[in-house]
Amino acid sequence: MSAEKLIQLRGITKQYGTGDAAFLALCGVDLDIHRGEFVAIMGPSGSGKSTLMNLLGCLDTPTSGSYQFKGIAVEELNKDQRSLLRRHALGFIFQGFNLLARTSALENVELPLLYRGYSRKQRHEMAREALAQVSLSDKERNTPAELSGGQQQRVAIARAIVTKPDTLFADEPTGNLDSKTTVEIMELLRTLNADHGISIIMVTHEDEVAACARRIINVRDGVISSDTVNEHTKETP
Amino acid sequence: MNAMFFNALLIAIREIRRNLTRSFLTVIGIVIGVAAVITMVTLGRGATESVKQQISKMGNNLLVLRPGQGWGSSGAPQFSMQDVDAIRDQIPGIASVAPFVSSNSSIVYQDRNRTFDVQGTTPNYFAIANWKVGTGRFFTEAEVTESAPVCVIGETIRKELFGAGVDPVGSKIRVKSLTLEVVGVTGAKGQGGFSDDLDDNVITPYTTVIHRLSGRQGGRNFNQVMISGEQGYPTANIVADVASLMRERRKITANQEDNFNVFDSQQLAEVISSSTKVMTSLLGWVAAVSLLVGGIGIMNIMLVSVTERTREIGIRLAIGARAREVLLQFLVEAVTLSCIGGVTGIALAYGLCSLGAEKVGAPFLFDPKINIIAFIFSAGIGILFGFMPARRAAGLNPIDALRHE
Repeated sequence: MSAEKLIQLRGITKQYGTGDAAFLALCGVDLDIHRGEFVAIMGPSGSGKSTLMNLLGCLDTPTSGSYQFKGIAVEELNKDQRSLLRRHALGFIFQGFNLLARTSALENVELPLLYRGYSRKQRHEMAREALAQVSLSDKERNTPAELSGGQQQRVAIARAIVTKPDTLFADEPTGNLDSKTTVEIMELLRTLNADHGISIIMVTHEDEVAACARRIINVRDGVISSDTVNEHTKETP
Repeated sequence: MNAMFFNALLIAIREIRRNLTRSFLTVIGIVIGVAAVITMVTLGRGATESVKQQISKMGNNLLVLRPGQGWGSSGAPQFSMQDVDAIRDQIPGIASVAPFVSSNSSIVYQDRNRTFDVQGTTPNYFAIANWKVGTGRFFTEAEVTESAPVCVIGETIRKELFGAGVDPVGSKIRVKSLTLEVVGVTGAKGQGGFSDDLDDNVITPYTTVIHRLSGRQGGRNFNQVMISGEQGYPTANIVADVASLMRERRKITANQEDNFNVFDSQQLAEVISSSTKVMTSLLGWVAAVSLLVGGIGIMNIMLVSVTERTREIGIRLAIGARAREVLLQFLVEAVTLSCIGGVTGIALAYGLCSLGAEKVGAPFLFDPKINIIAFIFSAGIGILFGFMPARRAAGLNPIDALRHE
């Protein structure tokens, strides 16, 4: 594993609410993730694993602590700068897919490219390429309502990788899918990690899914309770 | 910056296209508001204008001197030819004066007969009351001098006695024992300011009426004197001058009331048009309420879609859109829909106005001012309520926007 550091968290806390209603979701997390890793973040619900993931993905801001992404101090960035960081370096996959309704697969995949200012021709080319990567070339005209859950998630993955990001964040990517589709999606993620060198940080509560990752981090009550290398990465979950 | 705007335009058009129902409802709200305001105000203005036109049909700067106070003459002395001459010679600002005597008589033509007002006057009257020749000619001064048995009839009488399409010039009609030759028909005026028929009359030389029809009445034969003021000369001055002249001629002492009155058509026009203006502004207010209701409709549609749109904003922010890019997209969307609605509303109002103007019989006056006001107001509502929820959502953390329920 290369030693190039992708993510460095030091003393990260996240508090929701104030006063008596205050709730500390994360209380002092230190974490290093290197380029090319495939990390699964596990933990029971309410453990803070999703909060951690949202902070890592720059979708939310920590209450205190320092976060360096590729040497950039994220906590010093303003909203727009965080947007630009997400635009240029990060990709997201959500449990609920979060595709635009009534919008074709191709246009959904094109969405991040629009904000990067590619021409129409480039957008079409890149979006078709990404759809081909997730084996959905024949569905580019279909809207989310006309696609199965697995197909929708693959469109979401295509949208996440169309910009060729360094890092992919996946929040319960198989949470809404059946076991057969789960296998397909995990295969896809593993290919992206192994063949394209994309670092993947994934939140899950399923051991089977986590077994695909090469590093498993357990979060409990807002702190990291264990951080182990998965020596026997399963070929199929 | 240009690229950002172009992008926003592209995304906005995609969003409008994929939410056709919502877009349509927003546009409809604006269309109805704009069309209602413009139509009501335009028709109201048309009605005011039509009243003005109808009053000007009565005559050019027309003043009418009548015996007694108010509309009835109630025994007050009528006017003599000397009065008419005195008015013409002594009062400044007068274009023309005509004596006028009317006598209600039964008129017979072949087997048809009806009762009409037979009006005796001089040729000056045609100019004063703004009559045009329809067919034939008007009678002459010479015919007045010789009490010629000739008459000019109105369009209504032509229709009723002779039937449509018949040229009555040269025909003879009988009034009491007198036979009159029809020498002309006046051009149709239509309805007057009081919905009365202006074309319902038989006009003859006054001498004919006095000598052959109603008989002499001690020199005071005229129950009206028609006066037209010179263009631009204040009619109020003429009214005052005529009044003091008549007081002098009728030997009315300082503590006595006038036993005559001077009617000023221009004053009437002002009174009537000010009352139609009140109606117009009332209609304008009704229309403003419909504009407001349309605006509330737009507000509702926008607020109902806030949840979906907030999630959309969350997705856009998560994949790297900046808040200002999202806001620009929403602004472009709102402006586009509002403009489509506004332009459609103006077009609809244009159609309704030309249709309504025809129905009401009012002229069609398109007023750019009210178009601009209605357009700006409804477009403002559309833009405000399309934009405000977006501004709130774009200020959220992306993850909060994504999780919006």
